[in-house]
Amino acid sequence: MTPLLSVRNLKTHFFLDEGVVKAVDGVDFDVFPGQVVGIVGESGCGKSVTIKSVMQLIQKPGRIIDGQILFRHHDEAGRETIIDLAQLDPHGKTIRSIRGAEIALIPQEPMASFSPVHTIGDQIMEAILLHLDVDEEEARRIAVERLHEVGMPNPEQRLNAYSWELSGGLRQRAMIAMSLACNPRLLIADEPTTAIDVTTQAQVLNLLLTLQKQHNMAIIFITHDLGVIAQIADFVVVMYLGRVMESGPVEDIFFNPQHPYTKALLESIPSIYAPAGKRLPTIEGSIPHPFSRPSGCPFHPRCKAFMPGVCNAAIPKLKAINDRQSVSCFLYDHAPAIVEGS
Amino acid sequence: MSDKFSNKPYLLEVRHLKKYFPIRAGFFRRIVGQVRAVDDVSFAIREGETLGLVGESGCGKTTTARTILRAIDPTEGQILFRTAQNEVVDLAALSEKEIRPLRRDMQMIFQDPFASLNPRMNILDIVGEPLLVIEKMKDRKQRMERVAELLELVGLRPEYMQRFPHAFSGGQRQRIVIARALALNPRLVVADEPVSALDVSVQAQVLNLMKDLQEKLGLTYLFVAHDLSVVKHFCDRINVMYVGKIVESGPTDAIFFHPRHPYTSALMSAAPIANPRIRAKIVPLEGDVPSPANPPSGCYFHPRCPYAEEKCAKETPQLEEIAPDHLVRCHYAHELTLQGVAKPQEIIAS
Repeated sequence: MTPLLSVRNLKTHFFLDEGVVKAVDGVDFDVFPGQVVGIVGESGCGKSVTIKSVMQLIQKPGRIIDGQILFRHHDEAGRETIIDLAQLDPHGKTIRSIRGAEIALIPQEPMASFSPVHTIGDQIMEAILLHLDVDEEEARRIAVERLHEVGMPNPEQRLNAYSWELSGGLRQRAMIAMSLACNPRLLIADEPTTAIDVTTQAQVLNLLLTLQKQHNMAIIFITHDLGVIAQIADFVVVMYLGRVMESGPVEDIFFNPQHPYTKALLESIPSIYAPAGKRLPTIEGSIPHPFSRPSGCPFHPRCKAFMPGVCNAAIPKLKAINDRQSVSCFLYDHAPAIVEGS
Repeated sequence: MSDKFSNKPYLLEVRHLKKYFPIRAGFFRRIVGQVRAVDDVSFAIREGETLGLVGESGCGKTTTARTILRAIDPTEGQILFRTAQNEVVDLAALSEKEIRPLRRDMQMIFQDPFASLNPRMNILDIVGEPLLVIEKMKDRKQRMERVAELLELVGLRPEYMQRFPHAFSGGQRQRIVIARALALNPRLVVADEPVSALDVSVQAQVLNLMKDLQEKLGLTYLFVAHDLSVVKHFCDRINVMYVGKIVESGPTDAIFFHPRHPYTSALMSAAPIANPRIRAKIVPLEGDVPSPANPPSGCYFHPRCPYAEEKCAKETPQLEEIAPDHLVRCHYAHELTLQGVAKPQEIIAS
């Protein structure tokens, strides 16, 4: 099966007066049709910049400087061509026809993303009228259908509601309805549940999985919460400081993690099943400042398996270690790596 | 687990605590309603114990915590606190001036270490301020010594004390916040979501530090949080709040694995578990948390409760003891069999 989206060696850097922030520095992953890919990482790991690059929403002083983002695009005639999103003009016609139609985004804060002066209905219909060849009446019908689908009570009335009239859970549902308006094949959800409560979060996750099956969409789900990842993802990409540390099916990541970072991260979260009061294993130190990136493997200053002269000398490449998992770590890789500065 | 505290005296006993915020409207700002943020809350903490306060946003857990410290004045109720001299005083009845000498005994750790440290003060001044204000430690040298001691206690290098907060990472800032809270040797520490603003890899460090300090200094914690796995790890007993009321209170394991209130059960089964084999087959709760300004009749949970009967819409249930040290506010607590967090062996068996 060919992937729907294939990101290869993506590099997105921000050129600031103080220096260059390598927010995304060589990221590789694939998304297959109908798959839920979870990208997990802590703050500053580049997960949000990665998906913004995919949607060509990087703003100055940021720029995609290298790599490919291959997407199976359906053009107006319905033909399928593979195009490199990284090469497109961020303001061009092609990316604008893809954004919101073939690739849709659920942002983190629905409150900040809806316009407060337009009704929910206007905003959903705007997307439909822009991308589909329908009249206003038909657009309204589709909008009601989508709102109904996400479990919005009284969808006809809610079409005339403003975002601030809705509760957190309903607002996030309206946002999901809007992102589904044009039947995207890839849905990108950027921490869609971090701003809402546990019971509402469970509702939204259930809803996303149901809709994913109904529409046979692929989802890229971004979060820092390993619990949410375990509940929703088929495939997991673990990121740290702009690079993929490990990727693999969710079962392997949780039960057979290979990268020292993945192992340490999973050990450090308190388990509901562990006896209370036990000390937690910790990861020493903290995430380095973006301007003081460590040389070599970005995790080496905090890594328990640090090999002096190896890990700080070169950056390990992401390599398949078996038919499912890929790891970027010198413990598994003795072949020549990318030499610093190349 | 709470047995190990059963012979310890109560440090804090809260009785029928209420905090209503008025809603004003119109030209004369007349009071048109009340937000019942804390609505008749009673509980007690023994010395050396950690009590968790959990619930969803707007349930009143933070208001409860702040009212206990008299950062907010309560509308009604008693806050009985055992002082170092073994006297029991009602904090709710004291004036601002009378409460001052007791402030040293109760300190707070805040949620966001990026907002709770003054960016224009260096660490010496931040951690030393309570020493200056309460302890009247005017001598700078003496203050520096004490601050150095405190920084070492929380795992920071004393040389850092001349630096400003911006030079520190989130985890280090939270250590500074903890050092400041410990400056006056408090006995009760109220921690309001102390790790939720931190990165996952740093949370464990701060939780371990708080546990170590509790053992070393005999601290009593009131721990407010919404992350259930953190609460499970950290607390001896738990109070579950819903719309300003405690709906269930009991030992941590009982609350997680054998809840007796339908809301607790829903909350526990909605917790995302970091184990892909335990993909909960849960039916999530319908609807949203009601507004504390306009709560439903009877039991506040009845519009969302899958077990609600006619009685639930009419009568407000009382908090009653269903097992030793386990209190529930539900008319049908005796009849219901509820699910807690799924146990791994149950999943394998089913």
